[in-house]
Amino acid sequence: MRGLTDLAAPLLICCALLAAACRGVDVYDALVAGARKGLAVMGDVLPALLALFPALWLLRASGLPELLGTILGPFFRLLGIPPETSLLMLLRPVSGSAALAAASELIGRFGADSLVGRTAAVMIGSSETTLYVTAVYFTAAGVKNSRWAVPAALCADLACFLSSAWICRLLWG
Amino acid sequence: MLLGVLLLILYLLSTLCAALTGNGAAAGAAVTEGAGQAVRFCLELTGAICLWSGVMELLERAGAAEVLSRLLRPLLGRLFPRSSSNREVLSALSENVSANLLGLGNAATPAGIRAARGMARLAGAGDELCLLVVINTASIQLLPTTIASVRSAAGASAAFDILPAVWLSSLLSVCAGLSAAALLRRLWPCGG
Repeated sequence: MRGLTDLAAPLLICCALLAAACRGVDVYDALVAGARKGLAVMGDVLPALLALFPALWLLRASGLPELLGTILGPFFRLLGIPPETSLLMLLRPVSGSAALAAASELIGRFGADSLVGRTAAVMIGSSETTLYVTAVYFTAAGVKNSRWAVPAALCADLACFLSSAWICRLLWG
Repeated sequence: MLLGVLLLILYLLSTLCAALTGNGAAAGAAVTEGAGQAVRFCLELTGAICLWSGVMELLERAGAAEVLSRLLRPLLGRLFPRSSSNREVLSALSENVSANLLGLGNAATPAGIRAARGMARLAGAGDELCLLVVINTASIQLLPTTIASVRSAAGASAAFDILPAVWLSSLLSVCAGLSAAALLRRLWPCGG
C-alpha cells in the first residue's frame, strides 16, 4: 500500500500514456496541449489569489482566529473538526478559487502532511462549489425555482466536511 | 457578489480586531505579504497543474470518458428513470458524470448543461433535474489533481496519499446528497 501511494504519480502517468498510445494518440502533442490549458487555468487563478490572499493574511495577523477559536473551538472539537478549517468550509460552497486559497494557506502554514493540512486537502478534493454549480445549471436550463436542490446539496457538503475530518483523524490523527 | 460581501466582512472584522487587540503593525505588513505570497504560490503550483492537465488531456484523447460513460449507463438509468427513456438526455447525463469522475471540468459542464436543458424540457424543475444538480455539487472525482498539486508544491511526502480518504469522503457525501434528495422530494411540492 505504502509503495503504491509513493508511486501513484508516475504510475498514473504511465497508465494515461499507455491508454492514449494504444488509441493512436500523439502523446507528446497531448501533453503539450494539456500544459497549455493548465497555464490558462493558472492565468485565471492568479488574479483570484491576488484578491484573496491579502485578506487571508490580514485575518491571520489580526488575532481574530484565536479569538473565535476560543469561542467556537469547543463546539468544533465536539464535532471532531479542526477549528482552523472553519473559513474553508464557509467559502467552499461559494467560490472554488477562494476555498482553494484558504486550503493552500492552511496547507502552507501547518504543512502538507499535518492533520490540518490533510483535512483541508480532503475537504477540497471531495466537495464542489455548490452554490455556483447550482446557479449555472438552473440558469442554463431556464428554470427559476430550484426547489430542494440547494438544501440537499448543502446536506451533502456538510456530510463531506464531517466525514473528511473524521476519516483524516482516523488515518493520520 | 456573495464572495464580495464575504471579502468585505473579512476585511472589516480583521481590521477592527487587529486595532482592538494591538496587532496593528503585524496586520499592516500582512496585506502586502499576502499579495507577494499569492504570486510565489502560483509559481510553485503552475508546474504540477500543467503536468496533470497534460495527463488529463491524454485520458480525454484516449476516450476514457466514453468507456466510463458506457459502464455508468445502467446505474444512471436507475437513478433517473424518466430522463433515461430519452436517448439524448441519457447520453449527455452519462457523459457529464463520467467527465466529473475523471476530473475533466471542461467536458463535464457542457454535457451537464445539455442534460439539464433536456430534463427541463421533459419535466420543468422536476425531481430529476434537482438530482442532477445534487450529483454535480457532491463532487465525485477519482483523481483530485489540483489539490494534489497544492500538496506537492507545499512539500508533501506523497501528494496522492490522500486518495482513499477523498474517495470515501466523496462517496459518503454523494450518499448523504441522495438520501437528503429522497427525503426532501416528498416534502417539497412538485412545482413547474
